[in-house]
Amino acid sequence: MGRTVYADNAATTAVSPQVLEAMLPCYKEWYGNPSSLYALGQKAKEKLEEARADVAQCLGASPDEIFFTSCGSESDNWAIKGAARAQRAKAGKAHIVTSAFEHHAVLHTCQALEKEGFTVTYLPVHENGVVRPEEVEAAITEETALVTIMYANNEIGTIQPIPEIGAVCKKHGVLFHTDAVQAIGHVHIHVKEQNIDMLSLSGHKLHAPKGVGALYVRKGARIQNLLDGGAQERGKRAGTENLAQIMGLAAAMKEACSTIDQRVARLAPMRDKLIDGLLKIPRSRLNGDRDRRLPGNVHFCFQGVEGESLLLLLDAKGVAASSGSACTSGSLDPSHVLLAIGLPHGVAHGSLRLSFGDYNTMEDIDYLLEVIPPIIERLRAMSPLWDAIQKGEVNYDQYM
Amino acid sequence: MAYSAKVMDHFSNPRNVGEMQDYSGVGEVGNPKCGDIMRMYIKVENNVITDVSFMTFGCGAAIATSSMATELIKGKSIDDALKLTNKAVMEALDGLPPVKVHCSVLAEQAIKAAVSDYYTRQGIDPVPIVGELTECEACGII
Repeated sequence: MGRTVYADNAATTAVSPQVLEAMLPCYKEWYGNPSSLYALGQKAKEKLEEARADVAQCLGASPDEIFFTSCGSESDNWAIKGAARAQRAKAGKAHIVTSAFEHHAVLHTCQALEKEGFTVTYLPVHENGVVRPEEVEAAITEETALVTIMYANNEIGTIQPIPEIGAVCKKHGVLFHTDAVQAIGHVHIHVKEQNIDMLSLSGHKLHAPKGVGALYVRKGARIQNLLDGGAQERGKRAGTENLAQIMGLAAAMKEACSTIDQRVARLAPMRDKLIDGLLKIPRSRLNGDRDRRLPGNVHFCFQGVEGESLLLLLDAKGVAASSGSACTSGSLDPSHVLLAIGLPHGVAHGSLRLSFGDYNTMEDIDYLLEVIPPIIERLRAMSPLWDAIQKGEVNYDQYM
Repeated sequence: MAYSAKVMDHFSNPRNVGEMQDYSGVGEVGNPKCGDIMRMYIKVENNVITDVSFMTFGCGAAIATSSMATELIKGKSIDDALKLTNKAVMEALDGLPPVKVHCSVLAEQAIKAAVSDYYTRQGIDPVPIVGELTECEACGII
């Protein structure tokens, strides 16, 4: 068996040994229900509140502003539906501002709200994949209930001007939610200083297990419940708390948020070396702003090549990566993110996302630079689209 | 979604791949918008397809169905080649995931397009023999 490179950390990450260590006692010793009165339950409650305080501290929030959920998608659904419905009930506001390249957990939630009678403005993200704060401001009306813009894009890794958008929302008295699932541990986040009213996060992108997330809701921001039932999470989110995973999330957050500078210092040179190397492939293109970019994200299009074939050949070389091609999504359209930055279908189908984390090394980058160019060459040699591009029958010159 | 071992074999080691210079007919189906383009070259002697090759831009299934289709028509008469159905291509590959069935349709269409081109070059109207090329079911474009 040859070398393997896990280059899909934006999809999910391995649980770290420290996280697993933090979780295990919850299964064996502190297995009580945090809602129970006896000592075993109260011990679990104590651990739950420790975890809440840890997560709060990582975000610059107070513990009573943190609610644990099952995943990032639940946090997004809850924040957006909960805030939109509360705003409509209280003030008759039924307009939402978001961007065209949000994660589906946000986009499809907004589309569901459109069916309930809300109107939604989908802001353009331009060729560089960055939302403009002045366009957020221009979209806000008297009717606006909520602005929701992701902190960093999950495909092309562009970091959005969140503090600036937060300031715009504050100025106009509009609630501001951000999906920070990809940004935690890679960008310095402080909800108070950045005027963020609600923030979604997920554990499994930062070496906690799948199935746990959190939502920060600023004190005073009213949101309706999504899950009704018991009085857990101060009556806002029913369901017996998943203490082990919550402890895992807290341990992962503490580790991720206390080492941001080191992570960026280690990952950014790896990212930059890979970008420079891949740009040497003819008719290749880096997607998304090069500077406003997550330290572990590399996203390319290779003209004349289809993404799924590329992934299969990379897999055969031990490389795990992802693509925004239609063939990997099970639909006919390529990724909405790539269409939102203005790429035509024919170029968007040839996309490749490589995303790195704490377990990757510079040797991984060298290996990728060794295996990717011949794979591209091999696929192009049999591609009638590449042939047509070479003969000038198809012109993608502007997408290089 | 998982591919059969046969699909992976034909994807990883495609048969009859590459451009052909002295072809008797060439057909191309699909488009960059869908993400699949197949080009099929045939060499015809005495009504028999003596050589065939393909070039494909597309997913694993698109490359594998192209490869399998060339194997299934090589050495066959034009009449037999025209009888090849997408179902036969899929069966020969031990099946395809449901979302990839359109790739086998494309392979069937690519053969018909190449044969049509052959007849056109011979000064024969291909429509009565090959029929109208149907639109790609998936995206509505040939």
